[in-house]
Amino acid sequence: MDILNALVAFTNFVGVPAIAYGSQLALGALGVTLVYSVLRFSNFAHGDTMAFGTMITILVTWLFQSWGLSAGPLPTALLALPFGILATMALALVTDRTVYRFYRTQKAKPVVFVMVSLGVMFMMNGLVRFIIGPGDQRFSDGERFLISAREFKAMTGLREGLAIKTTQGITVITAVIVVAILFWFLNKTRTGKSMRAYSDNEDLALLSGINPERVVMYTWLIVATLATIAGVLYGLDKSFKPFTYFQLLLPIFAAAIVGGLGSPVGAIAGGFIIAFSEVTVTYAWKKVLTYIVPEALKPEGLVQLLSTDYKFAVSFTILVIVLLFKPTGLFKGKAV
Amino acid sequence: MKKLMMATAAAALTAGTAFAGGHAKEVKLGILLGFTGPIESLTPHMAGGAEMAAAEVSASGKLLDGAKVVTMRADSACIDNGIATASAEKLLSDGANGIMGSDCSGVTGAVLQNVAVPNGMVMVSPSASSPGLSTMEDNGLFFRTTPSDARQGQIMAEVLKDRGVNSIALTYTNNDYGKGLSDAIKTSFEAIGGEVTIVAAHEDGKGDYSAEVGALASAGGDVLVVAGYLDQGGLGVIQGALDTGAFDTFGLPDGMVGDSLPKNVGPDLDGSFGQIAGSQSQGAEIFAEMTKGADFDGTSAYVGESYDAAALILLAMQAAGSVAPADYASKILDVANGPGEQINPGELGKALEILAAGGEIDYQGATGVELIGPGESAGSYREIEIKDGAVSTVKYR
Repeated sequence: MDILNALVAFTNFVGVPAIAYGSQLALGALGVTLVYSVLRFSNFAHGDTMAFGTMITILVTWLFQSWGLSAGPLPTALLALPFGILATMALALVTDRTVYRFYRTQKAKPVVFVMVSLGVMFMMNGLVRFIIGPGDQRFSDGERFLISAREFKAMTGLREGLAIKTTQGITVITAVIVVAILFWFLNKTRTGKSMRAYSDNEDLALLSGINPERVVMYTWLIVATLATIAGVLYGLDKSFKPFTYFQLLLPIFAAAIVGGLGSPVGAIAGGFIIAFSEVTVTYAWKKVLTYIVPEALKPEGLVQLLSTDYKFAVSFTILVIVLLFKPTGLFKGKAV
Repeated sequence: MKKLMMATAAAALTAGTAFAGGHAKEVKLGILLGFTGPIESLTPHMAGGAEMAAAEVSASGKLLDGAKVVTMRADSACIDNGIATASAEKLLSDGANGIMGSDCSGVTGAVLQNVAVPNGMVMVSPSASSPGLSTMEDNGLFFRTTPSDARQGQIMAEVLKDRGVNSIALTYTNNDYGKGLSDAIKTSFEAIGGEVTIVAAHEDGKGDYSAEVGALASAGGDVLVVAGYLDQGGLGVIQGALDTGAFDTFGLPDGMVGDSLPKNVGPDLDGSFGQIAGSQSQGAEIFAEMTKGADFDGTSAYVGESYDAAALILLAMQAAGSVAPADYASKILDVANGPGEQINPGELGKALEILAAGGEIDYQGATGVELIGPGESAGSYREIEIKDGAVSTVKYR
């Protein structure tokens, strides 16, 4: 029984949150990694692309809510999501046509692209704040919990509760579906293959008759989709705030680099590594240990390896170690 | 004839300069607040409060023979010392005669040391509450209309004790404000026999607080005290703690008190309690009336303090008969405290008149201003409890 309690406490405070957070980071990192492998630059505007997509989704959600439209137990935002994706696609394509294409025809160096994306980031940042404001927006509705801590305790008679939020469930399921579709697309379809060819060797791809503008366009469409889905899931699970999305860029890049920039599998693994390292290394094991060890050995202190202050230090230490010993990341991406 | 012409010309000239003197006289008041960053949802209202005081003074036409108050907003970013000092320097180069600000404790200290003290500029902060600012070398230039958190720590400990809470878990936002306040709460609570199971920092602006909530839950405690910001990490931690069933009741210090918190968290927050600087003064009610028609929210946190901070600067200028910080800095304590005629919000014109006539005033303002020690508010607090999704007042301490 005590072992069960320990297991439940651990799942509740580490397992479930880290899996949900990891899925969100993985979706974000996938977008970053795609831009890096096909367009060959680190897109700093990714966090704000997520914010833009989420903002449109929120606005459409509000519209639907005012019409009385709802998805039953699921959040209305899922119905609004396609509209957010479409708007973000339009934004990404417009940005590409007006900004990035100019530098692409000039064959600008990657570092120039990075700086350009920084500029785009500030523009989008301002745009989002201008439209929806800097404040916190909550837009999740429907059932809040799949299982709430209280229900779980009543159901099982355990002393520890296990809470799984609907949004956490949706996050994980959506992430699995999206990743499956993405891999199918990249590996099986003609367009996906041409994207990979373009990414591997631009000149050879051009020689074999691949239209570069089409590849770039498809990349942006996919990136916009991933960014919007990641942003909406994150916003549903936590809350939407432009400032937070801007800050999200850091763990997303850490995830993409740890996994190996340019490697989709790496992005997913990186997302989970970053999420779990943030939560696990700073976890105070007192509660779990109290259940497992005999009465006499009960821990006095918190049994915490590092204080939560070091949460981010942990993920960046992992990043530095990976870069030192395996500069291409865990899954053989491209060296940065 | 020649003489007459000269006389007329001279008269016209003097009249002209007198005229120009009356009109060109402008008092520039810098409003240095974090319009971007962690408290960006509070600052527009705070600035609104300060501008209301400025507009009231301008409209009365009694400040230094009819000077107009021009307000200039500048961004402190709340947590970015670089931006804050650059903004303060810009205010100075634009000719500010006084600075209402800054808001967050960290940037306020930075601006004070790097800009205000070297340039002899007066700063009156409406909300910086770090105990560290009490002892910082300020050459008599820094004042605040909010009390130090050392005081708030004691009040929080008393509130907890009175509610029969024996052990707390404590988390704070990782900056000067959060650290200072959490230290004060920990010391005061332990001094009266309470137990603090864990003190854990959280970073603002991150969104994911699973790690913090996990550690806090593991440590346990009757109540989780969150010394953070209601728009930021504080909200995230509370949400996470409720979702995982780690804590049901929360202690909310001033940075967490606002209407957006119960609105965002929902009914689960009912029963949580805390305190925010405030007094049962007549001024508070008058101020609430005054701000009803305004285009900002007068009930938002620190709006009254902002009004008072701006008013104090302008009244001190009147008392000194000068807009030079070196002249009026020493007058701020005089106008804020007795003896003299009590001044409520909306009576700035009357106060200016009394001061012009050489009388004395005891500025009460929207928050019952009483400055003590190194020029900080004495510290009366309003104990609050979240009831039915709204912040309600329990009593004043």
